[in-house]
Amino acid sequence: MAVEILKEKYRSKVGEVVLGATKEDGGTRSHTITVGGESALPYLHFEGEIPNRPVVALEVWDIVPEWNPCFEQYYGDVYNDPGAWAKKCVEEYGADLIQVRLKGADPDLKDHSPEDCAATVKKVLEAVSVPVMVIGCGKADKDNTIYNPIAEAAAGENLVMGVGELENYKAVTSACMANNHVVIAQSPIDINICKQLNILIAEMSPAMSTRIIIDPTVAALGYGIEYSYSIMERARNGALQGDKMLAMPMYGNAGFESWRQKEANISADEQPGWGEQEERGILWEATTAMAYLQSGIDILVMRHPEALKAIKGNIDDLMKNNSY
Amino acid sequence: MIIIGERINGMFKDIARAINDRDPGPVQEWAKKQEYNGAHYLDINVGPSSTEPVEAMKWLVEVAQEASDLPLALDSTKYDAIEAGLKLCKQPAMINSVPAEMAKMERVFAMAAEYGAEVIGLAMNEEGIPKDADMRVGLAAELVATADAFGISPDMLYIDPLALPCNVAQDHGPEVMRTLREIKMISDPAPKTTVGLSNISQGTKNRELINRTFAVMAMANGLDSAIADACDDELMAAVASARIILDMDIYCDSFVDVFKQRNR
Repeated sequence: MAVEILKEKYRSKVGEVVLGATKEDGGTRSHTITVGGESALPYLHFEGEIPNRPVVALEVWDIVPEWNPCFEQYYGDVYNDPGAWAKKCVEEYGADLIQVRLKGADPDLKDHSPEDCAATVKKVLEAVSVPVMVIGCGKADKDNTIYNPIAEAAAGENLVMGVGELENYKAVTSACMANNHVVIAQSPIDINICKQLNILIAEMSPAMSTRIIIDPTVAALGYGIEYSYSIMERARNGALQGDKMLAMPMYGNAGFESWRQKEANISADEQPGWGEQEERGILWEATTAMAYLQSGIDILVMRHPEALKAIKGNIDDLMKNNSY
Repeated sequence: MIIIGERINGMFKDIARAINDRDPGPVQEWAKKQEYNGAHYLDINVGPSSTEPVEAMKWLVEVAQEASDLPLALDSTKYDAIEAGLKLCKQPAMINSVPAEMAKMERVFAMAAEYGAEVIGLAMNEEGIPKDADMRVGLAAELVATADAFGISPDMLYIDPLALPCNVAQDHGPEVMRTLREIKMISDPAPKTTVGLSNISQGTKNRELINRTFAVMAMANGLDSAIADACDDELMAAVASARIILDMDIYCDSFVDVFKQRNR
């Protein structure tokens, strides 16, 4: 007897967001990237559409980063040149897009001026033709001064800019509103704040409600990954059940978080039982990223070229149609 | 919870006058107001005193649809009027309502199947409204079975267990609650449920308080929808809160506004 397999029906879907702009739309990118649009839980192609492949970014800093020495061989020659660094990420390592982290704006580090920051972003835009994301140094007072100059300098490029937080979302949102960029709305692993922040941004301008990327804050493997995972799962279920204020694509800094942890960094001399450091770090990052693909992430920001390669292979597998 | 906005009803003087004078003003104003405040459907009722229910229904349907994109719940005991309205509906509508009486069910379910309409089924028959839950559930099962014979899925049905005013039929309250729970066990998929919310408070003092208390209690017992006053802000706030407590919406600080603004 034939068995009728029950399939879940979802009422709604995740909104699509376009990143970058080509010449026709006032930008200089060679192509745009569309993320979101899922009408089923992650990769259940048999229950709905997963129309857009998740994308993987590599990160470029505006100062020489204090990263694990193992990165020297990949980025050492370009640490001082954000443009060349971005180019290498795209051309040699296959990044789908670039995230510029303006760490140098931090008043306790280089205290780069808003104009310096805008110039760095321009340099990256000139060096690569993929869509670009820009985030500040993480200190709100300073970051609020750099958003506008950057947004204006890159007007038309449809950047992704961040981050907006519950207590500090207006400056970045108005910079994005005025210059047609996409905003990253970051919440501290908290579904209620995630939703509230999206509502507040949408209240500033209804047009922005389709230009939000959710950053639910992703933790590294071993550091609360299950909390981030379940928040993302809840957000995605909400989106599929018709909660418009959670129906945005999601983003996470898997590389940054993984490489902050001792498991990725401690040498084999210090922990002989843990195995070789670089291989371990790659696995730590790739495993973290893989979990977030399973929970529905749309944009992953990674660090190690080998971890990126592994994740792209994983995405190829996940995007194979398994409908029946 | 699905709110079927009750205000476009010839029972209200402004609507009765509007129908009589063919003045779209009040009808469209209430259509917009209810949509703005979070109604999901607009109930359309020509009222008890209409002398030309078919023509009045056609006019109300057209006028309401000019002002709002919400689906309509066509509310009449005159099925010719409902059918005339269904023909004009731009999107699948709801038929309000049919009791568990065979001749009426045959007429209404045939019509529902033809126009893809949902149906409110009343847990009553020729003998009136049952006293207890068992009889109500029995009538609900008859509605589900008859609908099925016409190819209408149970989830296209909204069963109304029929609440009576709490000052004259207090013993019906717990029976209505039990009926709401047990209706969900009739079939898979289960039928949906609805109530005419304000029936519970006819002739009482402090009607709004009783209405919204009934609404949240009924929701906790599985109520899916209500024909209600979408412009009663306290009611809508209570429903929004109940949805949070029942884990139907994800909490955020603006939860009341989000519930009311989902149409905007």
